[in-house]
Amino acid sequence: MTNSIADIQQADTIFVTGSNTTESHPVIGAQLKRSVRNGSKLIVADPREIPLAAEADVFLKIKPGTSIALHNAMMNVILEEKLQDETYIRENTDNFDELAESLKKYTPEYSAEICGVDADKIREAARLYAGVDKAAILYCMGITQHVNGTETVMSLSNLALITGNIGKPGSGVNPLRGQNNVQGACDMGALPNVFTGYQPVGNPGALEKFEKAWGVTLSDKAGLTVTETFKAIEEDRVKMLYIFGENPMISDPDTHHAEHALQKTFLVVQDLFLTETAELADVVLPAASFAEKDGTFVNTERRVQRVRKAVKPPGEAKPDWVVFMDLMNRLGYEKKYNDAEEIFEEIRKVTPQYAGITYDRIKGRGIQWPCPTTDHPGTPVLHIGKPARGAGLLKPVEFVESGELGDEEYPLVMTTGRILYQYHTRTMTGKTEGINNMAPEVYVEVNPELAAAKGIEDGAMVKITSRRGFVTMKAKVTDRVEKGVLFVPFHWESGANVLTNGEVLDQYCKIPGLKVTGVNLEKMA
Amino acid sequence: MITLKINGFDVEVKEGATIYHAASSIGVKIPTLCYDERLKPHGSCRICVVEVEGARSLMASCSTPAANGMVVHTESEAVVTARKELLDLILANHPLDCLTCEKAGRCTLQDLCYQYDIEESTFDGKRKSYEKDASNEFYTADQTKCILCGKCVYVCSQVQNTDAICFVDRGFETHIGTPFDMGLSESTCVSCGNCVAVCPVGALMPKRKEKFRYWEVEKVKTTCSYCGVGCQMELLVKDGKVVEVEPVKGHSNDGLLCVKGRFSYDFVNHPSRLKKPLVRKNGVLEEVTWDEAYETIVDKIKEIKAADGPDAIAAFSSARGLTEENYLMTKMMRAVIGTNNVDHCARL
Repeated sequence: MTNSIADIQQADTIFVTGSNTTESHPVIGAQLKRSVRNGSKLIVADPREIPLAAEADVFLKIKPGTSIALHNAMMNVILEEKLQDETYIRENTDNFDELAESLKKYTPEYSAEICGVDADKIREAARLYAGVDKAAILYCMGITQHVNGTETVMSLSNLALITGNIGKPGSGVNPLRGQNNVQGACDMGALPNVFTGYQPVGNPGALEKFEKAWGVTLSDKAGLTVTETFKAIEEDRVKMLYIFGENPMISDPDTHHAEHALQKTFLVVQDLFLTETAELADVVLPAASFAEKDGTFVNTERRVQRVRKAVKPPGEAKPDWVVFMDLMNRLGYEKKYNDAEEIFEEIRKVTPQYAGITYDRIKGRGIQWPCPTTDHPGTPVLHIGKPARGAGLLKPVEFVESGELGDEEYPLVMTTGRILYQYHTRTMTGKTEGINNMAPEVYVEVNPELAAAKGIEDGAMVKITSRRGFVTMKAKVTDRVEKGVLFVPFHWESGANVLTNGEVLDQYCKIPGLKVTGVNLEKMA
Repeated sequence: MITLKINGFDVEVKEGATIYHAASSIGVKIPTLCYDERLKPHGSCRICVVEVEGARSLMASCSTPAANGMVVHTESEAVVTARKELLDLILANHPLDCLTCEKAGRCTLQDLCYQYDIEESTFDGKRKSYEKDASNEFYTADQTKCILCGKCVYVCSQVQNTDAICFVDRGFETHIGTPFDMGLSESTCVSCGNCVAVCPVGALMPKRKEKFRYWEVEKVKTTCSYCGVGCQMELLVKDGKVVEVEPVKGHSNDGLLCVKGRFSYDFVNHPSRLKKPLVRKNGVLEEVTWDEAYETIVDKIKEIKAADGPDAIAAFSSARGLTEENYLMTKMMRAVIGTNNVDHCARL
């Protein structure tokens, strides 16, 4: 997030898109609703009538994968009605003229056709967003999990920049991160192209710095992403895969393909349970849970917070860092750490954003990076005064329909997401009886009109087919989704991800287009 | 700024602060049952009454703004008499089942009765009796124990913003209920338990799997391990086992949790947790020592590195693990194995 969670209370308008906030981030959802009830305006764009839609001043039930068309049309209206922040554009952005030119064709009527919503509602949303002092954008995987996910985020960034909604409280472009420490994992360079603090492996200065810090020679060649790794295994370029705390058998696209790759490679899995992925492993290592170790998690607003040991790990399970240290030592790299804090001290030395954060400073409350020195209070809002890169780059992006669509054999769009009563691949939530009673099994949401046309009754078993395979599940007949759209929560095995596409990826960040899958639906005999 | 006197001490507070805020700022504790700083002042329980010199009656300190020149007494004879009377009235309609009540040990009503020496009610009137609502999977609502302070209703409507519960009926029949009294499972309740966390008595209680007393548990403050909000919570530990989770006021969660953080902690102590390393032998995963597991991995790494180079090895780090663990995983891959093939599920 460029801004902070508490900031939401200060926004005059909040634009929530591609985020089912009250179910996926319930505690932010509650704070968001409080802000709306205290007078903030709310725009919601989502292919489903999510619970937040009921609180919205404008609800845009867009077709999955059409966000770029919507954002471009909102900007078209903003420029047409002169609602942009001229001063901010002049002083803090690059490339405005090219952007403005690219937006000309995205009239509300043009995009309304693409998105399947009212042109006037797009106008209303644009005015609500641009006509106030502070407007915040909150988004999630509904924006990013597309083959043009990066460009969809760019279009949101354009929207924020031309209205000056960046670098001040109550504004910003705010991704809501879905896992407890996805921010920390990214910050630590658990990405194939960067070291900690996003220092590129291909940058000679950064490479030299880490070679010196770690006392070894390092590779400057960017590595493989998760999705590329499976392909590399198929092509015999990768022979061994070490997975720690992930369950790609459920969370990754195209399960059958992933399963094949996981079976083919020498697989090490380190986890709390014998997950669907661990069952395929050659070596399984028992890990300690969050309640069994000391350390830190970094939340979606970049706040580094303490995790504390409350109980002992079961049996011989160990904290993951102990396992990595042991393996490093056995591989000939002699470096010992007595506890997680010693590792954190090393992180501070090589990561400028973390340099000022210590365990002692975060014992009461966490600190938001960047925090360069020990007397720095941390940074609740990024890009104050000026964007970090000097001038915000306005990059024109065009709407392109996903290649998954337009096939007569697979005429419907399946989109995926989380529900309140389960979490990710159910490895943890699936162990609680009450949770399983509330959300016992996978289902597909089907619009009543589509259900009637196909003779599907509520609760009936249906078969969903995509180019990757088929799955069967119960139908939940609801007008929460439109006629051409199906929604399947992805938590369960042999579910949504059997159908999704793991082949076509976003050109910049290699994210798969999990939110748009071309499918067919049939009633089971 | 406003200057007033509380129990003989001079206090300076900002305009708009209540007498309760002013007292808190100098460490004077005023008892409350219905007060929560996140709520609009509602002054329901009156237990926080104080004596303000010159005022016609006692004032509820939680909802009375501090004024210049006020002279306040928080434990004067009149105040104590009033609080005793209030407790006497509450007890007239509250079961004295502290021996078996799960809330014992952290029940504000119990604490206040102890503080003001109220053993039982002097009133012998009609008592309410409701069937316990156990329809929610995670907590129970027992209106027989409810003292109608309203905290749960206001936390649900003003902080959690779910509007699942409200006051139902009038007068003696007043109780906290759901629409048409159909029970929590039929309401809009999202099982966050944020009402349970603020209930000052035993009316709203988590469903327990273990028997424990609140004085038996150790509390450990930590960060929730589900989504990226980073809610602060306390793990309640008895005999090396997490027996309950409670919200803590942190920067990002404002004292709230959701159903997963609050109630889905069974995985920690689940019998199917992995307890020993496993290595596949003849197609089957078998329990081995750490030494053997480590050797198997190290041999494989060396073998592949020698034959195909370090880039033939890849790793998925974890958005679920510690920051420190992610750092060490990337260091192991980059500095020790020699490849940048390390990613995690940020894209999934």
